Amino acid sequence: MTAMQQGLQSCESCGLLSRPAPGEEEGRCPRCDEELAFRKHSSYQRTWAYLIAAAVCYIPANVLPVLTTTTAAGADSDTILQGVVLLWSPTGWPLSIIVLVASIMIPSAKIVALAYLLITAQRGSVANNGQRIRMYRMVEFIGRWSMVDVFVDTFTAALIQLQPLMSVEPGPGLIFFAAVVVFTMLAVESFDPRLIWDSASMREADSKEVSYA
Amino acid sequence: MPDRDPPLPRVPESRNVPRKRTRLSLVWFIPILAAIVGAWVAVTRVMSQGPKITITMKSAEGLEAGKTKIHYNGVDIGTVSTIELSEDHQHVILTAQMAPKTESFLVEDTKFWVVRPRISGANVSGLGTLISGAYIGVEIGSSKEDRRDFVALEIPPVISGDVPGRFFFLKTPDLGSIDTGTPIYFRRLQVGQVASYALDKDGNDLTIKVFVRAPYDQYVNPDTRFWHASGIDVSLSASGLTVQTQSVLSILIGGIAFETAASDQVLPPAEQNTVFTLSANRAAAFNPPPRNPQTYELIFKDSVRGLAAGAPVEFRGIPIGQVTAVRAQIDLKTFQFSVPVTIQLDPTRLGVKLVDTTAGVDLETVRRKLIDAMVAHGVRAQLRTGNLLTGAIYVSLDFFPGAPPATVDWSQSPVQLPTTPGQFEATEATVENIIKKLDKVPFQEIGEDLHKSIVELDKTLVAAQGTLTSMQSTLDNTRLLTEPNSMQVQQVSSTLQEVSRAARSLRILADYLERHPEALIRGKSGEAK
Repeated sequence: MTAMQQGLQSCESCGLLSRPAPGEEEGRCPRCDEELAFRKHSSYQRTWAYLIAAAVCYIPANVLPVLTTTTAAGADSDTILQGVVLLWSPTGWPLSIIVLVASIMIPSAKIVALAYLLITAQRGSVANNGQRIRMYRMVEFIGRWSMVDVFVDTFTAALIQLQPLMSVEPGPGLIFFAAVVVFTMLAVESFDPRLIWDSASMREADSKEVSYA
Repeated sequence: MPDRDPPLPRVPESRNVPRKRTRLSLVWFIPILAAIVGAWVAVTRVMSQGPKITITMKSAEGLEAGKTKIHYNGVDIGTVSTIELSEDHQHVILTAQMAPKTESFLVEDTKFWVVRPRISGANVSGLGTLISGAYIGVEIGSSKEDRRDFVALEIPPVISGDVPGRFFFLKTPDLGSIDTGTPIYFRRLQVGQVASYALDKDGNDLTIKVFVRAPYDQYVNPDTRFWHASGIDVSLSASGLTVQTQSVLSILIGGIAFETAASDQVLPPAEQNTVFTLSANRAAAFNPPPRNPQTYELIFKDSVRGLAAGAPVEFRGIPIGQVTAVRAQIDLKTFQFSVPVTIQLDPTRLGVKLVDTTAGVDLETVRRKLIDAMVAHGVRAQLRTGNLLTGAIYVSLDFFPGAPPATVDWSQSPVQLPTTPGQFEATEATVENIIKKLDKVPFQEIGEDLHKSIVELDKTLVAAQGTLTSMQSTLDNTRLLTEPNSMQVQQVSSTLQEVSRAARSLRILADYLERHPEALIRGKSGEAK
């Protein structure tokens, strides 16, 4: 049983339950003036849009160089993956793994996870609902940390400006990488986790056989 | 709307805010934009890629795929993308991604080479590569034909193609200390460099390619002489001890010098790629095998000890050629031993301008006339000692008016020139002649005659002895007569006194007669009484 099934809207900010004005489905929270909706507006569409945008940007983010190092030996442009390879050494491998996990695995995992959540929710799957909501929370939590990579790059570029000897400049890949992070965060934001439960509630309403686990 | 439950009557109603609803959310604009931007970036990346080329080389030492750059005048125009071995494992094939708009560089005669630090003599190049690592240098060709697969040069060119100047070739039997980059001097001014060198196919000579920068290339004309200016050249020859050096730098690293023989003719500058001879030293350069080397043979009967190939041939002290070969031959019929000496002559050194050919004149005819005339006037070849210290001898051509007449047979090859015995040989011959004449003197008869004469003389001497004895007695008598106390002397003395007195009386008489001439008639007057 959900609030929506009862014809009630819950406020996302203060949690107040309210009844929509007669003849209308949407309105504002009478307590905190937050916009109210039974579910987030066109959540599936927007999440898909952001997710696809993130996936599109993910390709140039990995193909284009993120960092251009100019030394006396000449200019070197490195992509993220080249950076991982460059850092891979008997002593530097932990750093290499951090970069690999934070910059390559997490963004791709986020995209895959969100796509899984969207597909299962849209298909009205009721299996593993608990796991899926945990997955969603993890994606939401971890999303912002991917920006660490962007910050590190920009800081490095700002700090290492020893003009005649060495200078570091951000490459075009960095912009796409930041876009991937931003778009996945927006996708997570626009996904309404309540959608996971809706199909379950429908079935509950139909058959009273619901697994909340 | 779902049905409402009556047990919740206090639930307030939400305010109604009308809102436009679109079926397709505007949010789809974002992935479309992302896709457009991504596609645009991809397209510009693809567009910004220039042509791909392959460069084949022997060794990729110091080169790194993805790092090594291709530089042209310090501008990065490409990057080596892969380094692979050729299928036969003999070469390395580099694939390079060139910058856009470099198609015009990649033509048939474009040259690539690996720039590494090189230290050769005065030339230190590519020091920057010590820090930056090796890179690939380019010299852009002028051809119009496109090319994508190149073979790298093993030795980087010393002179880049856009420096004005001219290339010349030098032939030498010995490379000496010459290397790529060895300086070329003109009046001790460095005016060029050795570009490359290679051994000729026949293995006899080396061909050195030299580059002389503009404007100095105009001083190279067809009469210019090149020589090794490497180190110190000390030579002991017929002309004595000679020490030749160029500059301190060239002593250390070697060099090539050139100079044009002083000439009243102004020759046009030599053409690009003219071939010159590189002489061992300056003296040899100005005493070279001449341009039209005319080979003659001189047959000497005397010893040629001290005569070596390269010895000068002088005409009254002016070097006009050199000895090229000395050998020996024996005539099996007569067992006459002789030494044919091959020489090369440059008759132009005699002041005969054979080079400026007036049209229609056969050089060969002029030359033959000259030689014929010289021989007819008694010009003969002779071996002379040039240096008493070293014993070196040289061939001298000189006038010998008394020489037996000779003619030049032009049908021979090489043509023989008449010779005359050397100074030593001439002296020897004279002495021999004297001895022969002495041989003819009849010493036996002369001795016998002499013996007879001596016997006669003995007799004569005995007779002379008697004569001398009688002469002695005569002299003794004479002495007796002339002694102061002898009677004859006293008699003479008194006679002389008498004569003296008589003379005095005669004077008195003369005086008296002068004063009294009448006395001659009257006699003495009485006053005398």
